[in-house]
Amino acid sequence: MNEYTYPILFGVVIGTIARSMMLKTDYRQYPTYLHGRVIHLALGFIAAALGAVAVPAIMEKEFTAVTFLTIAASQFREVRNMERNTLTEMDGYELVPRGNTYIEGIAVAFESRNYLVIFTSLVTTLSYLVWNVYAAIAVTIVCYLVIKKFMSGSTLKELVDIEYQELHFEGAGLYVDNIYIMNIGLPERQEEIKKYGMGFILKPKNFDVRSTIANLGQRQAILHDVSIAMGVFRDSGTPALVPLIKRDLDDGRIGVFILPQNPDVDKAKRVIGAVPVLENAIRMPSESKASQKGSE
Amino acid sequence: MDIEKAILSVITTNQTKVGGGAPIFYCEQTEEMEKVAANLEAILDGIAHRLSNELYIIVKH
Repeated sequence: MNEYTYPILFGVVIGTIARSMMLKTDYRQYPTYLHGRVIHLALGFIAAALGAVAVPAIMEKEFTAVTFLTIAASQFREVRNMERNTLTEMDGYELVPRGNTYIEGIAVAFESRNYLVIFTSLVTTLSYLVWNVYAAIAVTIVCYLVIKKFMSGSTLKELVDIEYQELHFEGAGLYVDNIYIMNIGLPERQEEIKKYGMGFILKPKNFDVRSTIANLGQRQAILHDVSIAMGVFRDSGTPALVPLIKRDLDDGRIGVFILPQNPDVDKAKRVIGAVPVLENAIRMPSESKASQKGSE
Repeated sequence: MDIEKAILSVITTNQTKVGGGAPIFYCEQTEEMEKVAANLEAILDGIAHRLSNELYIIVKH
């Protein structure tokens, strides 16, 4: 026991708690329930320990201890690779795949959350050492708020208006509103689609959103999330029954065609609204210097 | 370059409209054509597309 024991312990405990708080197993069931969680809690503990130990090391003038953090960084990049590889491999066996953009988003979240843990335990240990335990608790609360902020990305309902539209056929062409989805030849398939299918029109609220929802990865994420939450009327070897999203080139609206097993329109709307906006799909054409000059 | 889509077979009731490389199934009536198309769709894991009332193609996507 020495003067650093309690601060380090405090930092490690807070960091690990922070990681378990960020590890929510929701409707996506990922990380998988038990073993996946254990892996990430263990890594979170390691991250917390690294963050907590860094401060006393520097106080003891062991400046080389900072190199530890670089090892941590490469370690957590490995976490990202691991998640990406696992999810990509499993994606081939999903009835409606997540798509690479979604997978990348999940993998990045795993990596960044470990850095948040390092940051949390670093500042809490630091404030414990510099001031006292009460200050450390106050800093913990601030960290909690910061983490909450980082965890909550925006969802689709902030970007688009969602509207239910009946599906219809013109000849063999399947349409949602005026957006052409695909050619369904067989009358019996058409009947199935009329019976189970649902159409939604997502109308972008502004110009920036147009390119975000046009992103193929973002569209696949919508289809995947809806299929998870609502079920999907599909099996292997029935490529005609595939949920699709197509775009209206004129005004950037997208037409969502889904085949849910649960025919609840309001729920489907809520599910689409709750789809996360993928970091990698966000575009901000209005921020470009060229477009700002033009508007002056 | 990988070719992603391919026409796996053609089903028709009008022989004068078709020709070429893909296997062609010639049917007498529309009902028969729809039946053959449905079967081939299931067998080939493709999608049956209707190009006109007398012509179906099965496409691998």
